[in-house]
Amino acid sequence: MIKKTVANVREACEGIEDGMTFMLGGFGLCGIPENIISELVRKNIQNVTCISNNAGVDDFGLGLLLKKHQIKKMISSYVGENAEFERQMLSGEMEVELVPQGTLAQRCEAARSGIPAFFTPAGYGTEVAEGKEIREFNGKMYVMEEAFKADFSFVKAWKGDEAGNLIFKGTARNFNPAMCGAGKITVAEVEELVPAGELDPNQIHIPGIFVQRIFQGEKFEKRIEQLTVRKRN
Amino acid sequence: MALTKEQIAQRIAKEVKDRYYVNLGIGIPTLVANFVRDDINVEFQSENGILGMGPFPFEGEEDPDLINAGKQTITALPGASFFDSAMSFGMIRGQHVDLTILGAMEVAQNGDIANWKIPGKMVKGMGGAMDLVASAENIIVAMMHTNRAGESKLLKECSLPLTGVQCVKKIVTNLAVLEIKDGKFHLLERAPGVTVEEIQKATEGDLIVDGAIAEMKF
Repeated sequence: MIKKTVANVREACEGIEDGMTFMLGGFGLCGIPENIISELVRKNIQNVTCISNNAGVDDFGLGLLLKKHQIKKMISSYVGENAEFERQMLSGEMEVELVPQGTLAQRCEAARSGIPAFFTPAGYGTEVAEGKEIREFNGKMYVMEEAFKADFSFVKAWKGDEAGNLIFKGTARNFNPAMCGAGKITVAEVEELVPAGELDPNQIHIPGIFVQRIFQGEKFEKRIEQLTVRKRN
Repeated sequence: MALTKEQIAQRIAKEVKDRYYVNLGIGIPTLVANFVRDDINVEFQSENGILGMGPFPFEGEEDPDLINAGKQTITALPGASFFDSAMSFGMIRGQHVDLTILGAMEVAQNGDIANWKIPGKMVKGMGGAMDLVASAENIIVAMMHTNRAGESKLLKECSLPLTGVQCVKKIVTNLAVLEIKDGKFHLLERAPGVTVEEIQKATEGDLIVDGAIAEMKF
């Protein structure tokens, strides 16, 4: 067994530097690496490029980095719930690349899988396709999209073991699996870290080969963005 | 009378057939789930990674790890499954999802759709909409016939940045059900009490009215 455990979030984030590119898992505030984000804020890392489906909200998730102007460029598919994001984008303080959601996921997975580029129908005929190679396959038009390059992938899983194997829960899975192994170093924070042998190999979502560092997060707030409930009769 | 948002959703629900996998966008489309007949089996897909999406949870039973694409807390029905975003869009691009229902700011008579950006004013991002419209065979747009300024949203050409080209085939608005065929809007049904003239007036694009147009039935 090749051990991937590190003691804490500080050790997990060793080697991060200003100007790097990070991938961060999560959809909205669901399944985001909260402990790592707190550490990025604490270390005051500057001029980073973040690849993440969303940019958090004003006072949580990546919104915390935004507020401190730590982000030079965001690569996302949807940034609707963050007023500060919209302000920094429209004022030109921050560079933004908007990418169709499926393309975003596939550019991560391609990076992990050694595929430099792929063709997708998403965005054909729109400004997303501008400057990109277009090809026709079986009478339909496709846009060439390239794999991402990132220095670190930061992901959040439900359970993990010493070997770096990961299991996700519910829709907190989202972008996390595709980002594992897509950056040069993948760091996973988990709610529960167990010894090797305790997780059933049949149930592993991401094998440990894609994870370089794993630690149990100190605290998970798991904030709900839109609480919607129905009344009991 | 023009339809309410709920009535638009109710009319669209009639397009949902037995054994369909359906993706619902944010806004009016989300309401469609409330009106699907009980005697058919349908599974709702949410692109953030669930098939078999159920209603909102009871108070106190919400789970922060279980949300839909609108970031609302939801439940999972028996037979549900979870998956990652790459697989989710594999389902969408691979045309395994039978019906996509989404909102729009503008639709053009050639089937172009715009719903993600107003340059210099509103930039929220396209989310999964570009993947959905570029891939789905069966797309229904749910929207109001005119915008807040009273201008038509059914146009000869979209003025806003496009989400997809030549992809919309059916539109349900507060005034009418329309089909896009041969580069024109074709009026299929009118909202109860709404005249063909009123629909014509609210439609900037070319509108084909063939014979008597029946009122919608719910």
